[in-house]
Amino acid sequence: MTRELLTGNGAAALGAKLAGIEYLPAFPITPQTEVIETLSKWIEEGSMDCKMVTMESEHSMVTAAGAAAATGVRTFTATSSQGLLYAAEMLHTVTGWRVPFVLVNVSRGLASPITLEPDHNDIMALRDAGFVQIHCSTCQEVLDSMILAYRLSEDAGVRLPVIVNYDGFYLSFTREPVEVPNQEYVDRFLPPFPTNQPRFSADHPMSQGVAVLGGSAYSYFKYQTHLALLNAGLIYKQITNEFQILFSRSYDPVELYKLKDAEYAFLMIGSFSCKGKEAVDQLRAAGWKIGLVRPRLTRPFPMDELRKSLAPLKGVAVIDQNLSLGMGGVLHQETAAALYPLITRPILAAFVGGLGGRDISAEEFYSMAETIREAVKTGETPPQRLLYTEKENTDMQQLQRIAGTHTTSP
Amino acid sequence: MRISVEQIRRKYLRHDKKFPHVWCPGCGNGIVMGALLRAIDGLSLPKDEVVLASGIGCSGRMPTYLDFNTLHTTHGRALTFATGIKLAKPSLNVIAIMGDGDASAIGGNHFIHAARRNLNLTAIIINNSIYGMTGGQYSPTTPFGSKSTTSVHGHIEQAFSIAELAVTSGAGFVARSTVYHAELMAHLIEMAIEKVGFSVVEVISNCHVQYGRRNQLGGAVEMLQSYKDNAVTVKRATSLTEEELEGKITIGVLADREMPISTEEYEKVRQRAKERGGNVGC
Ligand SMILES: Cc1ncc(C[n+]2csc(CCOP(=O)(O)OP(=O)(O)O)c2C)c(N)n1
Ligand code: SF4
Repeated sequence: MTRELLTGNGAAALGAKLAGIEYLPAFPITPQTEVIETLSKWIEEGSMDCKMVTMESEHSMVTAAGAAAATGVRTFTATSSQGLLYAAEMLHTVTGWRVPFVLVNVSRGLASPITLEPDHNDIMALRDAGFVQIHCSTCQEVLDSMILAYRLSEDAGVRLPVIVNYDGFYLSFTREPVEVPNQEYVDRFLPPFPTNQPRFSADHPMSQGVAVLGGSAYSYFKYQTHLALLNAGLIYKQITNEFQILFSRSYDPVELYKLKDAEYAFLMIGSFSCKGKEAVDQLRAAGWKIGLVRPRLTRPFPMDELRKSLAPLKGVAVIDQNLSLGMGGVLHQETAAALYPLITRPILAAFVGGLGGRDISAEEFYSMAETIREAVKTGETPPQRLLYTEKENTDMQQLQRIAGTHTTSP
Repeated sequence: MRISVEQIRRKYLRHDKKFPHVWCPGCGNGIVMGALLRAIDGLSLPKDEVVLASGIGCSGRMPTYLDFNTLHTTHGRALTFATGIKLAKPSLNVIAIMGDGDASAIGGNHFIHAARRNLNLTAIIINNSIYGMTGGQYSPTTPFGSKSTTSVHGHIEQAFSIAELAVTSGAGFVARSTVYHAELMAHLIEMAIEKVGFSVVEVISNCHVQYGRRNQLGGAVEMLQSYKDNAVTVKRATSLTEEELEGKITIGVLADREMPISTEEYEKVRQRAKERGGNVGC
């Protein structure tokens, strides 16, 4: 094991290398491009035995990835934002093929307005595609999740592609110390692509992507995929246990931070949870009983783990870095759905913040904590709030004046 | 009289809102922008009747800087947006500005079909042989053997010739220039805008930062010099053998022909339907 300073993109590339990927269909997009460029460099200098082709779009890239995986080859691909959405048709299609491969999505906001900066609207828009979704908060977690992802994806009880997701800029370009596992240990944890599973081969022809008319066969196969995805949640727990034994790092489906005696919690995913933990530490120093809950898996949605960890709390501030237009934050909706069957459950306060790379400040974390404490006191669920300051609002109006448009405040 | 740079700045640039621009010093994109503005000015097109649509890329930033109706779309979709605008408001002058990636990779399908349909649009394609904005990966116009971040030992695929692709796909007007030939470029853009039908101007341009540097082609000046040295006119090209044309850039008008134009043909169908007493609602 060695320690290296790696960016999130560097960690993803190294994870793919350690996993022994054999095929890499690619297409550049900011902030992901460094992943494929790093791998391209290693392939060209001969330190990796992998075939790479830059396709003409993400649509063809994901098609090629799914098809390659169907032949029994360990496949990797990566994208971001517009690219993920451009590939959406194929993302839904390949999960129906039940082919294992790993796709890195470096989260970035969606047009329009056009942005390069991160939020989770891209990945949330694909939550129904049938991929397992793992969300990372550190560069170490990115590397480890790559190895976990292949093992999970290729498990006979899963056979579904897995997305490893992390925030653009905040993680993709931030260097952190990362413990790089020995190849020998990785190989022990992740054996070669299983040969005993269905795949294209010359002596056993099979067909993929068959048309089924009438809803019966269709319902059967769709539900099978759903069940496989739910099963991935159980298998995930088994393999993370094994991972912990080998590498001494644990990755529960839901990370719980200082939750033991907590009355309140922040609930959020991704790298901003590091800011959330910092705020928890500060609030605890000021006497608050508060913690943080971070789902690592969002598909399958960790219903049981969330119910168990949230049920004893009085109030939870759910912070969504996405916005399902016309409804609100997706995490909030799904957490509310998970808690609904419970007789006693915490009050949820819904916050939308960090859109398009906007920061979430320490003061805003404190203010969210205040809001949820107040809600618990009064017993009234507060309305959803966008994290946006007075100053930002004035600045926007100023910009709109320069642009010569009329302003309406949010 | 030709419009001066200062007049261009005041008349057409969003100089007080959108500058400084993001292009690298010496990038060919600025030369194309200048030529486009001189062409529009030469034709005395009212600003309100010009629509610029672009995709994503360094080239895609151009409409942001210009004071017309502008639409910065998604990667590869400039022509589809332009098509929508033209079909809804045929009286507007719609100009799509694309990079080689925009037009021939992710948006390649739209490109050949817009040409086949021969819709009355103008397409300006800035071909710098590379994906500039994302940092220098090979594109469909990267020449065989060239280096990019995704072909460190040299590219192993053949390049598209964009202008020739437009000709075979059925565009009414197709021309090629380089950024060295700025005057010719402005003239070709004028012709393209005036032409009724799908008109394409491919401009060979320098991305010295992502492409030139990796392929030892020098900086902006050296790349422009090579365009000067290697350009041959369409007329001269006809007297050269294939070997002699190797490495040369054919500039000028490659095709100028009358073909059915889809908006006009559609109008005829509507007229016929009306005459037969059909109900043409929209
Ligand atoms: C769907 C999608 N995929 C990928 C990208 C990332 N991307 C932005 S610009 C670009 C290529 C730019 O090359 P080109 O079109 O030749 O324009 P240039 O920057 O060279 O002017 C790519 C791949 C994107 N914006 N959207
Ligand atoms: S990267 Fe290349 S195309 Fe983009 S602005 Fe710089 S020189 Fe121009």
